[in-house]
Amino acid sequence: MGRRTVITGMGWVTPLGCDIEDVWARLLRCESGIEPTTLFDARTFPTTFSAEVKNFRLEDFLGADAARHADAARNSRFALAATQLAWAYAGLDQDPPPRRERVGVYLGGGEGPIDFDNFVRAAVDGWNDDENRLDCVRWAAAAAEHLNCTCEIEQDPNMAAAHIAVQFQAAGPNFNTLTACAASTQALGEAYSIIRRGDADVMISGGAHSMIHPLGTTGFNRLTALSTRNDEYKTSSRPFDRTRDGFVLGEGSGILILEELEHARARGARPLAEITGYGSTADAFRITDIHETGRGGIAAMRAAIESAGLTIHDIGYISTHGTGTEENDKIESLAIRTLFGERAPQVPASSVKSMFGHLIAAAGAVELITCVLAIRDGILPPTANYREPDPNCDLDYVPNAARKAELRHVLSNSFGFGGQNDSLVLSVFEG
Amino acid sequence: MTGERRVAITGLGTITPLGIGIEPLWEGLMAGRCGLKPIEAFDASGLASRLGGEIPGLKAADYVPKSYRKSVKVMARDIEIAVAAAHAAVRDAGLNTRCLVERGEATGPVNVDPTRFGANIGAGLICADLPELAGALHTAAENGRFSLARWGHEGMNNLTPLWLLKFLPNMLGCHVTIVHDAQAPSNTITCGEASSHLAVGEAYRTIARGAADVCICGGAESKINPMGVLRQQLLNRLATGWDDTPDRACRPFSARRRGIVVSEGGGLLILEEMGHARARRARIYGEVIGFGASANTSSWTQPDPDGAGLAAAIRAALHDAGVSADAIDLVGTFGGGLVGHDASELKALQNALGSRFDGLPAIATKGSLGNAGAGAGALDLAVSVMALAHNTLPPSRNTDDPDPECRLAFATKDPADARIRCLLSVGYALSGGQNAALIIRKYEE
Repeated sequence: MGRRTVITGMGWVTPLGCDIEDVWARLLRCESGIEPTTLFDARTFPTTFSAEVKNFRLEDFLGADAARHADAARNSRFALAATQLAWAYAGLDQDPPPRRERVGVYLGGGEGPIDFDNFVRAAVDGWNDDENRLDCVRWAAAAAEHLNCTCEIEQDPNMAAAHIAVQFQAAGPNFNTLTACAASTQALGEAYSIIRRGDADVMISGGAHSMIHPLGTTGFNRLTALSTRNDEYKTSSRPFDRTRDGFVLGEGSGILILEELEHARARGARPLAEITGYGSTADAFRITDIHETGRGGIAAMRAAIESAGLTIHDIGYISTHGTGTEENDKIESLAIRTLFGERAPQVPASSVKSMFGHLIAAAGAVELITCVLAIRDGILPPTANYREPDPNCDLDYVPNAARKAELRHVLSNSFGFGGQNDSLVLSVFEG
Repeated sequence: MTGERRVAITGLGTITPLGIGIEPLWEGLMAGRCGLKPIEAFDASGLASRLGGEIPGLKAADYVPKSYRKSVKVMARDIEIAVAAAHAAVRDAGLNTRCLVERGEATGPVNVDPTRFGANIGAGLICADLPELAGALHTAAENGRFSLARWGHEGMNNLTPLWLLKFLPNMLGCHVTIVHDAQAPSNTITCGEASSHLAVGEAYRTIARGAADVCICGGAESKINPMGVLRQQLLNRLATGWDDTPDRACRPFSARRRGIVVSEGGGLLILEEMGHARARRARIYGEVIGFGASANTSSWTQPDPDGAGLAAAIRAALHDAGVSADAIDLVGTFGGGLVGHDASELKALQNALGSRFDGLPAIATKGSLGNAGAGAGALDLAVSVMALAHNTLPPSRNTDDPDPECRLAFATKDPADARIRCLLSVGYALSGGQNAALIIRKYEE
């Protein structure tokens, strides 16, 4: 057996709050983080609600250091806060600090929100009404005046990882992957691989994203991917329910500290759980649809379970991708049923997106944190808002109430637009 | 690392201002050609520099099966470049993928198992197609001002339903994996100009650990669009004042360097498990033997003054390869032509390579190719691999008046013979501080 990778810290910034225990308790009570959108005036949009992070101030996490990151975009600020929480949770803020070149970062980080008002102003100013076309010269003048360098640079998807490297002096390997909704699960899987191989001893990994801005909502509304239950927003996220009508856009960050076991032991850190398997595949089918057999998801789950040296009989719980879209939930259920066969109905499979909304690139990371907590406490987080069974979704979704369960190995799925499939196996730590 | 599988480079696919495929790129550089010119794609005269490196006559429909031609409508330029590069790469490698078989270009039946064929593709922050988006946004204007209420109510309907999917960075990888039927791990690295090297490094690791046998890897990006140029202008990175002499504008490591020239391009390489490559008698350009990555911890926007971050990545790659600096016969530089970044890169090379730095044969491509962002590193790497295969150093444009700190040996005008057994190729993000280094050795059984 090679180097083992344990989780020694975790932190999150979510629509239900930022405290691990408090948010976990709220999830177990089926509370919803979904409210009318306030980050912009969405009242005329097809979808008027979302799962926003509320009352967030970076100073509350970084103290005076927050001023250094004053220019950071919303997603990067979430990532810095979640990393601070995870770093302290792991006890890495205690002396002696870890060797900086052995600490890396692998994020599934989204791009920063576009500087919308200024971007739009330049676009409208640059439009030539008489000729009904964009006048690039006029636009360039307006854009040079209204857009600013800092806002533009901070939108780059590698900036959250960059801020973390400076703030936590993490000089080791530094990556950002952006494989849509699968990004942070993929990041965690790759970070795990880096530690196993020996290219780092500590990896700060997870994701951060905020697409709750006019163009983000526009993009998903045009795809008809979002729920439009504007009058019933509290219960709008309905994974696996027959009446589901799309996902709910969320935002936030989840960060986990992955650490090589001996490194953790040497400094007296307590392993919370162990990552034991990772599988990643591409559907290679269509950019808009999942392959109807779920073959990509099946292959990713199978690869994760096999790489952990386990079989389907060892898996006690599945944290599903469970978005609440017609297609995802149907095909993910089929994939689980195909892989797990007769055992499928006996494996609880829930979706916390019913309460958090969909954090896009950050979704997999906050969901893996719920898996750590589920193993720790022997309790399964529920799927909220589950009322009407769908004949196409016939698994045990842990509907509407948390449930006790003794867990040794759990599977966490993330599937992204374009056929990106990633699965992780998380196991109870046994020394 | 002992026990790991060996990884060969068996295909090079590049799409650059010098042409489609690796041959026109190599021949163009050998002949000293420059791909930088005044931008023709849009009227750039209102921007601080009008210069760019544009790929002439690129149509993604020429590189996909007939059944997939409709999909090119949802491809941003970056995606089109990646799709074209993938086609060039698999052809160069002699891989009969689904695409080549369906197009009647294959030399035989499919010869790569789709479930063992992966992708690691670097991508930039893809800029929305400004004329398209502005065309929709202006419909929501009232009295010359944009109305968000009107946009939400009706304006947004002027965007095609699949609009968002044109600009997701992972769509480079998604289209490529669909077209060529690659179902093994597919990753998208978004770390600016470091993306290509990091993606190739990830592909190397993926094959070495056994999660795939073949990976298509590298990166692609187009900065030839109004936002792409403007962002560099706002960052004060454009080489200005050269509009009349574009072939002299981008000057890597030159005493007179003033900035970058934006461009577009993509490079995808085929990495293959050594036994897999041998079994199908593939041409082996070289063997990947080392990879290292690191982060700058001094700033997320400014270059590291002492180059410590990049030096650490180079040292990690040398250590990974189990070779010393003395084994390096060639360095493929990043050499963007920026005052601070080039100085930092020189410091890093000097610190990591010690006495080997002085007179070390080197290549800098950006005087000819400009800065293709996430695609840039793969182009640099492909050119260095060609140099390794041909034992020849192509001339590096505009390196003839070097910074006094630059003691690398570039071929300035004509190609130079060079015995190359082992090369180092470096890449780093201009913003963000990610660094990566790869070491490639001539193939030996």
